[in-house]
Amino acid sequence: MLRYVAMRVLSTVPVMAVVALFVFAMLRLAPGDPAAVIAGDYATAEDVERIRENLGLNEPIVIQFWHWIGALAQGDLGTSIFTNLPVTTLIGQRLEPTLLLALSTLIFAIVVAVPLGTIAAWKANSLVDRFVMLFSVGGFSIPVFVLGYMLIYILAMELRWLPVQGYKSPFVDGIGPFLHHIILPTMTLSVIYIALIARITRAAVIEVLQEDYIRTARSKGQSEIKILLTHALKNAAVPIVTVIGIGIALLIGGVVVTESVFNIPGLGRLVLDAVLARDFPIIQGLILFFSFVYIMINLLIDLSYTLFDPRIRY
Amino acid sequence: MLVPLAFGGMATAPMASAETVLRVIPHADLKNLDPIWTTAYISRNHGYLIYDTLFAMDDQFKPQPQMVDTWETSDDGMTWTFTLRDGLMFHDGAPVTSEDVIASLKRWGARDGMGQQLMGVMGEMTAVDDKTFKFQLKEPYGLVLESIGKISSNVPFIMPKRVAETDPFEQITDYTGSGPFVFSADEWVPGSKVVYTKNENYKPRDEEPSAAAGGKVAKVDKVIWTYFPDQTTAMNALMAGEIDFFEQPTNDLAEVMKSNPDIVVEVNDPLGNIGFARFNSLLPPFDKADVRRAAIMAMDQKDYLAAAIGNEEFWKTCYSVYPCGTPLANDVGSEVMETADKEKAKAALEAAGYDGTPVVIMQPTDVPVLSAFSLVTAEALRDIGMEVDLQAMDWATLTSRRAKRDPVSEGGWNMFHTWWIGADVIDPMAIAFSGNPDKGWFGWPTDEELEKARADFAVASTLEEKQEIAKKVQERLWAIGASGQLGQFFVPVAYRNNVKGLIKSPVQFFWNMSVD
Repeated sequence: MLRYVAMRVLSTVPVMAVVALFVFAMLRLAPGDPAAVIAGDYATAEDVERIRENLGLNEPIVIQFWHWIGALAQGDLGTSIFTNLPVTTLIGQRLEPTLLLALSTLIFAIVVAVPLGTIAAWKANSLVDRFVMLFSVGGFSIPVFVLGYMLIYILAMELRWLPVQGYKSPFVDGIGPFLHHIILPTMTLSVIYIALIARITRAAVIEVLQEDYIRTARSKGQSEIKILLTHALKNAAVPIVTVIGIGIALLIGGVVVTESVFNIPGLGRLVLDAVLARDFPIIQGLILFFSFVYIMINLLIDLSYTLFDPRIRY
Repeated sequence: MLVPLAFGGMATAPMASAETVLRVIPHADLKNLDPIWTTAYISRNHGYLIYDTLFAMDDQFKPQPQMVDTWETSDDGMTWTFTLRDGLMFHDGAPVTSEDVIASLKRWGARDGMGQQLMGVMGEMTAVDDKTFKFQLKEPYGLVLESIGKISSNVPFIMPKRVAETDPFEQITDYTGSGPFVFSADEWVPGSKVVYTKNENYKPRDEEPSAAAGGKVAKVDKVIWTYFPDQTTAMNALMAGEIDFFEQPTNDLAEVMKSNPDIVVEVNDPLGNIGFARFNSLLPPFDKADVRRAAIMAMDQKDYLAAAIGNEEFWKTCYSVYPCGTPLANDVGSEVMETADKEKAKAALEAAGYDGTPVVIMQPTDVPVLSAFSLVTAEALRDIGMEVDLQAMDWATLTSRRAKRDPVSEGGWNMFHTWWIGADVIDPMAIAFSGNPDKGWFGWPTDEELEKARADFAVASTLEEKQEIAKKVQERLWAIGASGQLGQFFVPVAYRNNVKGLIKSPVQFFWNMSVD
């Protein structure tokens, strides 16, 4: 097991190297020049050229890559062209809101979706099942920003129960203000995951409920609740955990929109702003960071299989 | 349902201290903090909060003393002597000295167009004593005070000498100013929040505020800028009372906010913005002035403004190259822009010998106003028989591509659209009006007469003289068809009705504003 984990962690190095090379090359090949953005409307072509020179953008791409990868090897993700702040500082400032939004979304989605999917499977083809599936289709279909605006209108503008926007840190502002601000974005972002996880849970549990050992358990007189929780759900866990893992990857994309709609200063918005301004060091740093997170999540998901299925060994 | 109610109480609890805060949604994210390194308007507005200027433009567009107390000019106009006001102090407690002023002007003069012109006629700048400094010019120059009192980017802000000695092409890292507010570096979250605290040691002038001039009295303890990437969320936050002031809502949202009795929506910038359709004068078909003029004749300002701005309350046609309502505005040569007749434009295009060369228009789809301008131009040019290749891209791509002088086949271009704030094109010295292809603005038209007139303007001394030369400049600009002008449009501000003391100006200032 330890050997497997060590191998998987080591295997991230070549993967990250490929990502680094790819990101660097793509950004240099894409149109757009940070020097021109900085220079603004008043600039002459000569001004733009001078700024390029100062930013080191006129150096051969190979040299630029060498400088960047050398710094990267020492844990330095570079400095933002526009803000003049280290990329690690910028990521540090934005990490907490994104992480906590993703975490609250996952917890809320799992807490709601797994029971919903299980009940739908247990009562397959009943009214309850159809209602859950209807909700699921709706959750898949409604765009995040539409749902966000609807919830803001009802819960923040009309009923005034929750704030329209913003983020409060649980460590600085306290747990109350944090929850107060995170409820709406969490509800908005969760819906699609609830839909996804509920569907997969339903399908997986229905399949397990057809198994012989379930029939055996029933014939032994075990209660339906016990059958569902200890036999069906546990055996259906692997596909459910897999889809939760995929969901975490999708969350990285989902937070960009949610953070914009609710004005949360997270990593998603940092990416968007950096792309629009062509702030190369931030884009490079963030893509590497997200890649690393994604690889680690996949590893954790793989390892979690051993908890649910004793037949799986690494 | 109980949970939100419980937490709602916490959110609306009054603050423990009596600290007054003005919560602002700025027009853009403050990405960098050096208003000399970048021309971004948001960095300029940041600069006005923390720095001070020697002179400042009033609401009649005249430079008035700000940090300067007294000044005198020699009879030949070649020597200018200035004395600073008493009590000027940087945020770190050090007094503002002549050495700080000279270093700041040198750095600004290396980057800003108007600054470069001033430095071009400057013999030397010397510090007579701690509070007195002198300009010795090489030749007479009529825009000394207009230059050091210019209102928009790059503004000649005064920084400590140690900061101003930074290479003009590198960003400063020390944000010590002497303005009415202090930048709170620890609280800056790029892309989200900027905090300014009141400078208790600032000594404002006694005069009433008038645009950038007059007394800069900080009436709140803090100004907090919170950047909203989403305009609808910004509007909702203002209406819910989570924000006090929204700098540039889009016109469609302004309409919605007007219906809220707690919100005031008004135009605060008397000059507004001027739309530009810029031709690349180096490449066919727009290398011929007659083809450019024919294209301009096909442009109808009303079409552009209706498509891009909508509500007529927020725009007006203006056929002067200088903003209508300013001292130099006139109608000399404007007939070409006023034509707005496709048949006449078609005839003019045929007479100009247009050979069917396609026109590449760069359309920045992430800037709605400019995207709409591009679409209207494409339609107008097609209507008069031109081949049009409308190329969609984002603004960042456009800004890099427009610097290319290469042929279209190698990444060049024929047209792009932009706007200038009125204050930036208020006189012939604006780079947008250059006729020098080597040092001029993207598009690079060549016209020696135009350049001579602009040089004459720089040494003119009376308003009448300046007005006459401004007409000559305008006549040449229309004669060579340097750009199409697409009218004047205004972006309103929106704020809660407990906010008082807004200053009418082309630039948004935050002194004199209070929250009752």
